[in-house]
Amino acid sequence: MTTIVATSAPEAAVQQPGRLTLLLRYFNRNKGLAIGLIILIALVLFTVIGLMTINPKQAYPLSVATKQPPSLKYPFGTDFFGRNLLAAMVVGMWQTAVIGVIAGGLGTLIGIVLGFTSAYFGGWIDSTIRTICQILTPIPVLLIQVVVAGSLDKRDVTIITMALIVVMLAWMGPTLVIRAQVLTMKERQFVSVAKLSGVSDIAIIFKEILPNLLPFIAAAFVGQVFAAVFASFYLAVLGLGPLREPLLGNIIWAAQLQGAFFNGWWWWPIGPSIAMILILGSLALINMGLDELANPRVRRTE
Amino acid sequence: MNLASTDTASGRNAGRATAEPVLSVNDLVVTYYTDLGRARALDKVSFTLKAGTKMGMVGESGSGKSTLALAMMRMIKPPGRIEGGNVWVGGTDLQALSEEDMRKARLSKIAYIPQGAMNSLNPVMRVGAQMVDAIKSHLRGESASAINDRCVWALKSVDLDPSVFHMYPHELSGGMKQRVCIAIGILLRPEVIIADEPTSALDVVTQRQVMETIDKVQDEINSAVILIGHDMGLMAQTMDHVAVMYAGRLVELATVREMFTSPKHPYSQALISSLPTLDNKGQFKGIPGLAPSLLRLPTGCAFHPRCPLASDRSRTEKPKVNVLPGGQLVACHLYDQGN
Amino acid sequence: MSNLLEIRNVTKVYQRGLLSSHAKIALKEYNLTLKEDEPTILTVAGESGSGKTTLAMLVLGFITPTTGEILYRGKNITTLRGADRMAYRREVQAVFQDPFAVFNPFYTVDHLLTVPIKQFKLAKSGRDARNKMDEALTSVGLRPEDVLGRFPHQLSGGQRQRINVARALLLKPKLLIADEPVSMVDASLRANILESLKNLHRDHGVTIIYITHDLTTAYHVADTITVLYRGDVVEKGDVETVIRNPQHAYTRLLVDSIPWPNLDQKWGQHSIRSKESQAEFHTEAPTP
Repeated sequence: MTTIVATSAPEAAVQQPGRLTLLLRYFNRNKGLAIGLIILIALVLFTVIGLMTINPKQAYPLSVATKQPPSLKYPFGTDFFGRNLLAAMVVGMWQTAVIGVIAGGLGTLIGIVLGFTSAYFGGWIDSTIRTICQILTPIPVLLIQVVVAGSLDKRDVTIITMALIVVMLAWMGPTLVIRAQVLTMKERQFVSVAKLSGVSDIAIIFKEILPNLLPFIAAAFVGQVFAAVFASFYLAVLGLGPLREPLLGNIIWAAQLQGAFFNGWWWWPIGPSIAMILILGSLALINMGLDELANPRVRRTE
Repeated sequence: MNLASTDTASGRNAGRATAEPVLSVNDLVVTYYTDLGRARALDKVSFTLKAGTKMGMVGESGSGKSTLALAMMRMIKPPGRIEGGNVWVGGTDLQALSEEDMRKARLSKIAYIPQGAMNSLNPVMRVGAQMVDAIKSHLRGESASAINDRCVWALKSVDLDPSVFHMYPHELSGGMKQRVCIAIGILLRPEVIIADEPTSALDVVTQRQVMETIDKVQDEINSAVILIGHDMGLMAQTMDHVAVMYAGRLVELATVREMFTSPKHPYSQALISSLPTLDNKGQFKGIPGLAPSLLRLPTGCAFHPRCPLASDRSRTEKPKVNVLPGGQLVACHLYDQGN
Repeated sequence: MSNLLEIRNVTKVYQRGLLSSHAKIALKEYNLTLKEDEPTILTVAGESGSGKTTLAMLVLGFITPTTGEILYRGKNITTLRGADRMAYRREVQAVFQDPFAVFNPFYTVDHLLTVPIKQFKLAKSGRDARNKMDEALTSVGLRPEDVLGRFPHQLSGGQRQRINVARALLLKPKLLIADEPVSMVDASLRANILESLKNLHRDHGVTIIYITHDLTTAYHVADTITVLYRGDVVEKGDVETVIRNPQHAYTRLLVDSIPWPNLDQKWGQHSIRSKESQAEFHTEAPTP
């Protein structure tokens, strides 16, 4: 044993299976995420293909014959106001997606900015942001949304205002989560090493900390989209949505108002209801799946 | 299998050791099925241990030390699987027990103090309550006062004041917490105690206290102790036997004196000569190379790429375990009969 | 003769909570002078809570002293700006204890080496940078193609810690803080890593502050040793003298508890159980 300087023994590198194989294996373990993604992709395809094939004008009243049961011509039937329900569903899903992405994206963005600001500057800025979040969090969101949406002139309510109403009380969650994550990340040793490597504080935030928070940010975003879609749905069902638009909730509200079941127009509210269940279900599955990906404590042993 | 444990000259408890081994591990095999392939974490490991003796288990991380402990406790979790062999403790075949009986055996026959156990004490429960819980889940029908006596006895055995019974973990120092873990381990006077790196997070003084506590406890209940660690110095100070693991195999098992005076396996030899002592100041004899990945073991003897004495046979043929005249076990072609 | 590092009467007090008066003195009136042209290896030894890690954090500028000052090349490190600050950052480096935590899990291990090269402009071109990385990795006993491009969790602890040492090698600092660099590394690899550190000192004149609770390795690498106990220096001097002939009761206890891998050097027969009940050690320097 005279060798003093260690020399690495020739050791064949472990054969790494392809990325696709690893991804499939991961999905096999995290089935919730896989199922959620499959449903979501199916819904997106339905909407995209629908938008390309149907005539969007048929999603609005008096465009087709009224009260037709499902048939080859109108696979989802038509309603009391003379809307092609297939067209209404496609446009409604598109609008739901717009609300979800705008509200979810805005909520997450505010969360990231405030969360990072809070954790980075600390001191009174941190206390202020944290206190505001903690005061707003327990307020029943539904109540405020109903009051605000109800006090608006119905003619002014559009898809965008809908999204803004929803986002109004939805940014505190992501703010607190991201703030907490940045605070723990800041104490990690690789941040100290980055400082020793001459990396500036700002670069540490964006290059060292932010990339590690991507799973959290993704999970927060999906959670926000879920909350936004759900809020837009129940507000519309309560008749507080943009009445002219064929939002999924609006269709159900209209069907209920005209006594669709009493009159035997069963096909009217069924489609939107199933679509809503699928949308919310897939988002919830994805959210839980991402949670498992982001949070090692929840992560199963691999 | 005739074993090193026949020679217990260096053990303080030699006189008390009974003839029959209390622990016997035979051809234990554990495989992990990972995304990257199949890893044989434990490859036909066999050894026996007598009551009242202490065996140190050393090896690099990934050599299978902790897997061995978990396999003996039947606590291997998927994607790992015990694929063969058996473990006998005092006449009971643990592999043959039902899940429920195994659960009961876990504290009463064979106790395991996992790595970092001291940090796993429940912070919101008093030490006493955690001890009582441990007893109740393994032993039905003992009166409250008997349980209490048992706890006080265990605490006293590890040199803790009985008042610790009413304290919370945060009120204790690291060394005290580790001794609480040992106290919980000995509550039901198990025949075998396995401690996984019980002192790696402690400073030298506390480490010595904990080791002396283990010594004293063992004197009292005469169980067999397996200490998993990688500090050869600690093994020299406290153990009767030393087992060396490499890439999932037991490559050498010897009494502590044999291990430190005439190690047989080239890996053990390299390990011993890499240790810093008072006499070899400034000489650094590391072992060249790195431990192999279990997913891609070299052919033949897994140590051959780092071995200065490797022969062509080492490269192609896996060495079997040889029993030397003194009872020492060594898995190396250098000691094959006829050599 | 100029001083590389001068620690003057530094005390660090940790205040717990805003209102509570509960304060912990982590380091008390610590003094140290390291000369620029006499590179040395100094061990700071002590158990957890002795203040040795606080000392490391202070010298690296991660925390500021409560009182006293730390001068790097004659300038207070808390007020360094611009080029002086960059020079201090580049010349004072560290190897930490946990070989996993120092890697950003988002990046491959290359990140640990490429970032300082880029920040400190150590290479003229991409090819030059790659050559420097290869050279550093090779001299700590790694094959670059084995480790580069891999993620930290794909490497063993020994490989990761060697990459850390390679980083120190690449930067060729003036002062290296080695905070328990081998305590989480397998015993069989410790010698390799310590030797790399010692080579760094010998070949490149790097002064190393080796922080540890392990007097065995301290004895092997260091020239001088300082023993800390609850923030106080209880003994300091030449490593040979202190380990072979400790004066202070606490140092004696530490030396007595070293688990030497030698059957003829067993722990003493006198028991040291129940330290908790023992009176605290007096921290005045003993009279020789």
